[in-house]
Amino acid sequence: MALDKAAVAHIAALARIRLTEAELEPLAAELSHILTWVAQLAEVDTADVAPMTSVAAMRLPMRDDAVTDGNRRAEILQNAPQAARGFFAVPKVVE
Amino acid sequence: MTASSGLTELTLADARAGLVAKQFSARELAEAYIAAMAAARPLNAYITETPDIALDMAAASDVRLAKGEAGPLDGIPVAIKDLFCTKGVLTTAASHILDGFRPPYESTVTEKLWHAGAVMLGKTNMDEFAMGSSTTTTYYGPTENPWRRPGYNRPLVAGGSSGGSAAAVAAHAALGATGTDTGGSIRQPASFCGIVGLKPTYGRCSRWGVVAYASSLDHPGPLARTVRDAAILLGAMAGHDPRDSTSAPVPVPDFEKALTGDVRGLKIGIPKEYRVDGMPAEIEALWQQGVEWLRAAGAEPVEISLPMTKYALPTYYIIAPAEASSNLARYDGVKYGLRVPGDSLDDMYELTRAAGFGAEVRRRVLIGTYVLSAGYYDAYYLKAQKVRALIAQDFAAAFDKVDCLLTPTAPSAAFAIGERQDDPIAMYLNDVFTVPANLAGLPAISVPAGLSVDGLPLGLQITGRAFDEEMVLRVGDVVETAAGFSHRPSFIAGGR
Repeated sequence: MALDKAAVAHIAALARIRLTEAELEPLAAELSHILTWVAQLAEVDTADVAPMTSVAAMRLPMRDDAVTDGNRRAEILQNAPQAARGFFAVPKVVE
Repeated sequence: MTASSGLTELTLADARAGLVAKQFSARELAEAYIAAMAAARPLNAYITETPDIALDMAAASDVRLAKGEAGPLDGIPVAIKDLFCTKGVLTTAASHILDGFRPPYESTVTEKLWHAGAVMLGKTNMDEFAMGSSTTTTYYGPTENPWRRPGYNRPLVAGGSSGGSAAAVAAHAALGATGTDTGGSIRQPASFCGIVGLKPTYGRCSRWGVVAYASSLDHPGPLARTVRDAAILLGAMAGHDPRDSTSAPVPVPDFEKALTGDVRGLKIGIPKEYRVDGMPAEIEALWQQGVEWLRAAGAEPVEISLPMTKYALPTYYIIAPAEASSNLARYDGVKYGLRVPGDSLDDMYELTRAAGFGAEVRRRVLIGTYVLSAGYYDAYYLKAQKVRALIAQDFAAAFDKVDCLLTPTAPSAAFAIGERQDDPIAMYLNDVFTVPANLAGLPAISVPAGLSVDGLPLGLQITGRAFDEEMVLRVGDVVETAAGFSHRPSFIAGGR
């Protein structure tokens, strides 16, 4: 599977990673190389195989629908690059 | 030999006995290791040293030891991979994007260690977000292996991703350490550094508070200088945790009791597909030596087949990046870590993530985004999850016939820093023997078994049934005894 520059730019936009024009070509080659290598899985017959969805053979446990933690606003905001009046602060999104 | 340098020569088991017998104090042991940690700085094994915390914890241990109320690890100085959240202590995942992050909470595994009385020396270097096999993708500069090829001065990689933990333990700059293993990240650095590394069963050690890379493959576990020390550490790290929904509600056995030295009658599976093309003859020879050691100890080697082995790595390199792209979506410049200002919210996200992620992390996030994107999900991700099911079935069929498997840990000894950087797939091949156990969630240990022709350590790997860590420890202990690995790295921080 070969990716071109436009495809890489599209994936990077989905992943919210800014790439420069100069980075697109080498990344297209690297990613295509990896995708070609993983494509060997096509050789494996998986027609009657159910996909693995859980590593351990166990059911997800249920717990009471109860609050077990909270009231840590100050602690949490301490790590924010920018906070104001008890909120995370971000660039303006609504005009 | 000074008194303090002698202390860093002890195994964890002997240090524990010495503390209980009051031959030395937890403070003396902590001071010896703090000095060793400082002496080991040229290796760049630690990102953050926490000597003040170590001394406070050691003082508390001395109080408990004096009262006869010591926990199973009281006074034992350990290093923590910088992927485990430690309350109030810088936690970076070796990434620029977590600049300045001080978690407001403690990971379950480290909380259990402190509850058992262990003493924190610091946080160790690693590949960025655990993505790598050499501890060179770290934002903080590569970790050096304390081993050098005789007569050859170029520094070698410590392996990865838990390379800082492995180098610290091998150089006697920590008595034991935590690591995480997503595709071999405990076992491969253990093999490269001549120490023991144990990846437990998926669900045995809680992932809560461990910075997530690929959630269905991430396994916390111990690194130590002996199999017994690894068993002791695992006992303190393991156990059910309701905060991790994949944590298994099973009892924790006394792992030390599994070290009976008796493997008579056990069937040891030798998977023929692990004889890969281009594997160095010395690794094939060491593997054969391991078979002979176990045969001499009364076990029965049995050739078995794991036909899907060759598909394990490509399966891993779809599933792990897919999970990573999802897990790493949280790094957005809003909640913690680095922010690069932008004109709009999207602008800020994109600039922050471009500046904050290194080349390998970026590559894996992009691959993961692609294989999960509309139109490609079935061809890549779903296909990989089906092949993963077949890989797990291979192991299940093998364990109908045998009690455990013996294989090499890695297809080579440690290589030089800077080698294998040009082709990502050449680096990925390091994990060819370790990745299958992650895909199937099985326990596996690497035990130092011999030296390469270049004088570098090589490990053998024992893989067991789910939740049968006792078997891998029991067989690992016998391999360790038979190998009698007493070689020492060229650099030991604690001195002789």
